[in-house]
Amino acid sequence: MALLLKEQIDKRWPDQAKCTCTGGPHLYEITCARETLAELCGWLFIDMRLKFATLVVEEASREWRLRYIFYGGAGAVWVHVLASSPCSEESFPSIVESVHAADWHEREAEDMFGLTFAGHPRLGDFILHDDAWQENVQPMRHHFDPQMAIRFRKPAADWRPHRIVQEEGAFVMPVGPKFSGATESVHFLLETVGEDVIRFTPRLFYKWRAIEKLAEAKPAGRVLLLAERFAATTAFAHGLAYCQAVERICGAEVPPRAAALRIFLAELERLRQHAGAIQEICESTALVVAASGAGIVEEDLLRISGELTGHRYLFGMLAPGGLLVDLPDLACQRALRGSQQVLRQLEKLEARLRVSSSFLDRLEEVGLVAHQVATAYGLLGPVARASADAHDLRREHPYSGYEKFQFEVPSEEEGDGYARLRVLFAECRQSVRIMEQALDTVAGGSVCRSFPFRAGAALGWAEAPRGATFHWVRLDDQGYIDRYHVTAPSFANWHGFHAAVENFAFQDFPIMLASFDLSVSEADR
Amino acid sequence: MSHWVFNGIRTGIKTSAYPRRPETAAGVTPGLPRGRKLDAGEAKALMDTCPAEVFRLEDGRVLADVRRCIHCYRCMRIAPHPALWEQSYEWALQPGRETGFVSAFKKSINICVVDAGDCGSCLNEVRQLNNPYYNIHRLGFFITPTPRHADVLLVVGPVTDHMSLALQKVYNAMPTPKLVVAVGVCALSGGVFAESFACAGGVTDVLPIDVEVPGNPPPPLAIIHGLLVATGRKAPVDMPATPYQSGGSGP
Ligand code: SF4
Repeated sequence: MALLLKEQIDKRWPDQAKCTCTGGPHLYEITCARETLAELCGWLFIDMRLKFATLVVEEASREWRLRYIFYGGAGAVWVHVLASSPCSEESFPSIVESVHAADWHEREAEDMFGLTFAGHPRLGDFILHDDAWQENVQPMRHHFDPQMAIRFRKPAADWRPHRIVQEEGAFVMPVGPKFSGATESVHFLLETVGEDVIRFTPRLFYKWRAIEKLAEAKPAGRVLLLAERFAATTAFAHGLAYCQAVERICGAEVPPRAAALRIFLAELERLRQHAGAIQEICESTALVVAASGAGIVEEDLLRISGELTGHRYLFGMLAPGGLLVDLPDLACQRALRGSQQVLRQLEKLEARLRVSSSFLDRLEEVGLVAHQVATAYGLLGPVARASADAHDLRREHPYSGYEKFQFEVPSEEEGDGYARLRVLFAECRQSVRIMEQALDTVAGGSVCRSFPFRAGAALGWAEAPRGATFHWVRLDDQGYIDRYHVTAPSFANWHGFHAAVENFAFQDFPIMLASFDLSVSEADR
Repeated sequence: MSHWVFNGIRTGIKTSAYPRRPETAAGVTPGLPRGRKLDAGEAKALMDTCPAEVFRLEDGRVLADVRRCIHCYRCMRIAPHPALWEQSYEWALQPGRETGFVSAFKKSINICVVDAGDCGSCLNEVRQLNNPYYNIHRLGFFITPTPRHADVLLVVGPVTDHMSLALQKVYNAMPTPKLVVAVGVCALSGGVFAESFACAGGVTDVLPIDVEVPGNPPPPLAIIHGLLVATGRKAPVDMPATPYQSGGSGP
């Protein structure tokens, strides 16, 4: 497939696109004329069945550089499609007509940089809320001055929620940003004519902290703190993807001991996050004993993490080049034993849930996501795997030595809430299995190798508990950040979430929300 | 479905003995740094490792303003003369005067939680409060969805620009007397997001804070301590003023 890709592109677009194989056999860069962009991206996405990872916009001194990153397919390749234009030319053709997964990415680029994407059906009012900011605030531009933006603040006075349903008697039920008990801040517009949710529009970015802007011109070690802390329920996975990007730029090798321990910790985090997700699902169906049982397991895992690393969310373990501190083997063994015990509890819980008909009634055939929808939206993680999209970066684009591990990628066919729950349980089993192997094979030696910084850019990736996370990093030769772009799994999953909730009754909404395990801080950044 | 009942009973009691007795289980807290006595050069090395400007030098002692700590562990893991570390969890402070919560209902307090842009971990620790391990209902604390019923406003996160108005509206919708408990370093000083133009850098700029709970995130026990302090059932600590302890064990 790899060779095929280059040949086919040369044949189809001999003058418009140039495909080169850079950095290893699996990474392709295609420089593409703007007129051909949509067609070529569509071909990669639909015909070649690649997945869309992210769109990286960079403002170079004289030109815009856009990088559409695709991955996967039969050959497990990375394909970077590059398009550029002079700085004065701020319009690009939109690719969403064929690559639906890029929808929100283009909206983000429009909001952050002021680029327009010709042919995109709906730009504006995305990250920067129109009822909070005036037009023409472009925070990611180099010349952006927050003082001016704040001083001349002029929100749109006539902002109205986006409405689709125009039926007589239709109304919009707004929910949030503050709603329910202890929930993340997000706003939902639920359109209805009565019992069912007919259209659903999430309004995200209440929690937008502009971490990509914040990272600019900061040393790489400092930005690691941000990478860990912007969505800290999965801090380790994000920190790991970030560290791998920095290491890739600088050509740094991670000592084998650190690589194995990174995997151990990443799986511990997955286990904990999945236990939390299971707890939320049980709670959303008001099955109190099960919710308490899962809650006990979650806290057990938080304590195991805290005892092992000092921190319940694994902060302060990662460092570019390895780990900040070594973990004694005995402590790791203890953590593993604890995790195995926890897994037994989870298995008991699963067995009980399986025979609780009132619980199953609320999950089965609820929040359906068809396989085609999952691929079109580029859904990620357990949500995609429950819709028969058994994709996993640990398997297809292994990092940190995952290629040496034996594990399965669980998947289900139905794409409903129950399928997602089963995937979560199955993944917990696999995580413990990987942790066991990590400790069996862990070598001795140091856990960190320092390295000199180099100018350059690279993508770091990891399979976070909620799905694939991508961190694009550009460094200067002093090790300061030029550009940092994060695409976390919940960004894609929020995009597709509406497809699951539409045409369901209101009372199922909390259950569907819980079964998607969405993180707002991951999407908002 | 009866198996759930038996299963629930068989699980037994998991709940922490805190606040009656200290909690001794491992992994319930990330701990906090303590100041120590160092000479000027050593102290400078320690201060330079900390990305959050926690340490300062005063009369030959290094003092730690733990309200700023973001738990990166660099002071303990890479500084040549590491900071001392304390595995405590009673961290809540009262920045202003003694508030004296004048309410007849000290033992039945409704809490409204607002996420003003947190990273998810503070909120996850708040979620644990209803977990059997912590079960705040036994202490008379209840999380309520609506501000109208709330006595205490619990805020997490650095207060993003987009959440600022919502936060004020929630506060205004609460009946008096009311208290604000700011949970986590981001709510206290913005944490790693402090410099962002899209964040207020803490709750203080928007609302008056009555009780501060440091930590990134503060563990559930620290949040419980914060709530007990808010209702006058526990004394606050006076950490910034007593950062120096001689002795103590280094890592
Ligand atoms: S843990 Fe990090 S932030 Fe906290 S005092 Fe130490 S160096 Fe500073």
